[in-house]
Amino acid sequence: MRRPPTEPVLWLLFSAGGVASALFLPVLIFLFGVAFPLGWITPPDYADIHGLLRNPLVALVLAGVFVLSLFHWAHRFRYTLDDGLQIKHLGLPINVLCYGGAVVGSLATLYVMVKVL
Amino acid sequence: MTTVPNRPHQAVHTEFHPKWYRPKISTWWWLGRRSYLAFILRELSSVFVAWSVVFLLLMVHAVGEAPRRYADFLGLAKNPFIIVLNVVTLAFLVYHAVTWFNLTPKAMAVRFGGRPVPANLIAGSAYAGWVVVSVVAAWLVLRG
Repeated sequence: MRRPPTEPVLWLLFSAGGVASALFLPVLIFLFGVAFPLGWITPPDYADIHGLLRNPLVALVLAGVFVLSLFHWAHRFRYTLDDGLQIKHLGLPINVLCYGGAVVGSLATLYVMVKVL
Repeated sequence: MTTVPNRPHQAVHTEFHPKWYRPKISTWWWLGRRSYLAFILRELSSVFVAWSVVFLLLMVHAVGEAPRRYADFLGLAKNPFIIVLNVVTLAFLVYHAVTWFNLTPKAMAVRFGGRPVPANLIAGSAYAGWVVVSVVAAWLVLRG
C-alpha cells in the first residue's frame, strides 16, 4: 500500500519526541508533580522560577521538548486506538483528534512560552 | 442463459458472491498475553507524556501570569487526585524511558572504525544522557 508522504515526517517527530520526553519529563514530573507537592523538597521561589523560565535558552529547550512530546503522543496514541481498540476504520476522526490535538497543544506552548519571556 | 457482456472490461455480475474473509479480533485481544499487555501499556505511556506536557504548561503559564498564580499552581499540584495521577504518570514515564533507551541499539546501529558498537554501549550512553539531563535540570530548578 502506498503511504502518504507525511508519514515519514510524522514518524520522525514521534521518534524525536520519544527521546525528548524520555530524557526531560521524568525529572520534571518527579519535582513538580511528586516531590514538591509531598513536601520532600521545597519548591523554588517565584522570582527564581520566573528568572529560570525567562532564560531564552531554557524556554527554547522546554518549548522543543513540549512540542516534540505532543507529536510523540499524537503518533503513538493514533496507533494505540487503531490497533489496540481495533478501530482503524475510524481513521479520519482519530487522525484529527491526535495530530489536531498536537497542533493545538503546540500553539498553546508557543503562546505560554512567549508570554513568560 | 447468462448473457456475456460485449465490453469485457466491465465487471460481470454473478449470482455467486463469496463472504468476505475478515477475521474477528476482540477489542480486548491485548489482555491475552503478558507481552501483549506490556505492548499496550508501553503504547499507553504516550497519554501520560501528553498529560505531563499539559501539567508543566499549566506551571509555565502560572509563572508567566503572576506570583499568586504560581502559588495557585503549587496548591493545585497538592490536590490528592493530582498527586495520585502524577505518581502514576511518573511510573509510566520511567517505563517509557527504559523501553525507549533499551530500543536505541536496535534503532541506531552505530559503527565505529568499521566495527559495530556493542549494543550495551549504545544503550548505556542513552542512560548516561538521561542521568546528565536529569541532574542538570534538577540543579537548574533547585539552585535558588
